[in-house]
Amino acid sequence: MIEEVLSTVRYNPKIDPVLGIWTWEISVYLFLGGMTAGILCFAAAAHLFKQTQTQPYTAWRLPLWAPIVLSVGMTTLFLDLEYKLHVFRFYTTLQPTSPMSWGSWILLLVYPLSVLLIGATLRNGYPRLAAWAERLPLVTPVLDLCERYRGAIAAATLPVGVALGIYTGILLSAFGARPFWNTAILGPLFLVSGLSAAAALVILAARPGAERHRFARIDAGLIALELLLVGLLIIGMATGARVQLDALGLIWGGSYTVPFWVWFVAIGLLIPLALELWELRGRHALALLAPLLVLVGGYLLRHLTVELGQLSTWTDYAVQFDPTLLQRLQ
Amino acid sequence: MTHYAMVIDTRTCIGCGDCVVACKTENKVPVGLNRDWVVEATRGTYPNLQTEFRSERCNHCGHATCVTACPTGASHYWRDSNIVLVDANKCTGCKACIAACPYDARLLMHPDGYVDKCTFCHHRVEKGQDPACVSTCPTHCMHFGLLDDPASRVAELLRTRDYKTLLPETGNRPNVYYLL
Repeated sequence: MIEEVLSTVRYNPKIDPVLGIWTWEISVYLFLGGMTAGILCFAAAAHLFKQTQTQPYTAWRLPLWAPIVLSVGMTTLFLDLEYKLHVFRFYTTLQPTSPMSWGSWILLLVYPLSVLLIGATLRNGYPRLAAWAERLPLVTPVLDLCERYRGAIAAATLPVGVALGIYTGILLSAFGARPFWNTAILGPLFLVSGLSAAAALVILAARPGAERHRFARIDAGLIALELLLVGLLIIGMATGARVQLDALGLIWGGSYTVPFWVWFVAIGLLIPLALELWELRGRHALALLAPLLVLVGGYLLRHLTVELGQLSTWTDYAVQFDPTLLQRLQ
Repeated sequence: MTHYAMVIDTRTCIGCGDCVVACKTENKVPVGLNRDWVVEATRGTYPNLQTEFRSERCNHCGHATCVTACPTGASHYWRDSNIVLVDANKCTGCKACIAACPYDARLLMHPDGYVDKCTFCHHRVEKGQDPACVSTCPTHCMHFGLLDDPASRVAELLRTRDYKTLLPETGNRPNVYYLL
């Protein structure tokens, strides 16, 4: 038996007794960042693969969502920073070993590219907004230019969208100190989840018809792929070292078993998959419930991953200190 | 890279916590925050028990994952040595370094929000002095010096005594050694 007890006080806020540095702000950012990646990928792919007739909403109207969704995510990311005045420091350097540094620069690429994609699709997607915007100087020639290079803009957007989606997973998986995060599966898992969230957005926002039906089929495929990746995540941890096994224990009999398997896997993946398959057979009841559950599942994946990573650890000291005693002294 | 090491004799450490007080005093660490701490590890089954006291802090790793994770370069090696510092002027408080440390040795300064940690008292080291915790230790169980210098006390102790480091399996190459 080994028992390791802190015999002097260590109760650093957000670090002891268990790590709690990242909360909903990061979960929301990872979810919305992934959704933005999905939006950009689908919108760019619709143009690259000449699907503008079959996917009119995705091709022309979806791009406008990208900077809006990403901006909400970036706002919550900013809220998480403890030293907000120094936010500009992300852009005074590129640290090649830091995924977060790469991510900052990818985000800086996403904004201009999504604006260019909006420029290339605005007249078709939002004619009244385009007409209003064209009253401003220089807008007409800029829109003309964007439309002329629509193919090139879409070709540049697609890889940046994929990079953004994978980055949201790699950001966490690069932390070897947190066993639940330390698996490269998180990159593709978060990418697929982001694509699935964007597909759900199309199903919710597009007019009923062929496009919605097509995205229900795409989303069903993505959810099936996500289930496969979750399975690989579990296998990876189950065949890992002690710290990985301990991390797996949190969702395999531990306190996160119900949130992970019932909330995320059942309610966030299996039920919407069943509903979408049901809809594909021509039954349209509860048609909007599936995409809503997909969005809930997408957020829960980030929320649970962020929490589980911080609970999985290499050190496990018993803390006897009662912080309320210090407050009483003060 | 200049290789500094701290060597702590678990056989003479009595867990008094003077190292913790010395650090707080020397570095003016705010109330409620700690850069170092003492762990009491008990092994075995009653009545065959063995107790070990370990004064712990940042391990000033040779491969510091906090430095590689930092997106702004705020976490850095001091003067081409293994002493890991945080430049508060570059820190955004993103907390990536805290997530990257397997020892949970970092802390958030409040109310400012930048990340803080043990510095091996580099401001004393550059004057040729020991870190405050080492110079305060009443049982002289703590030693500090250059591992590169074979004549140094730390090099001699690691040559002649059995020792361990914490979590060497992380690959971080920690530089706080515990004599057994």
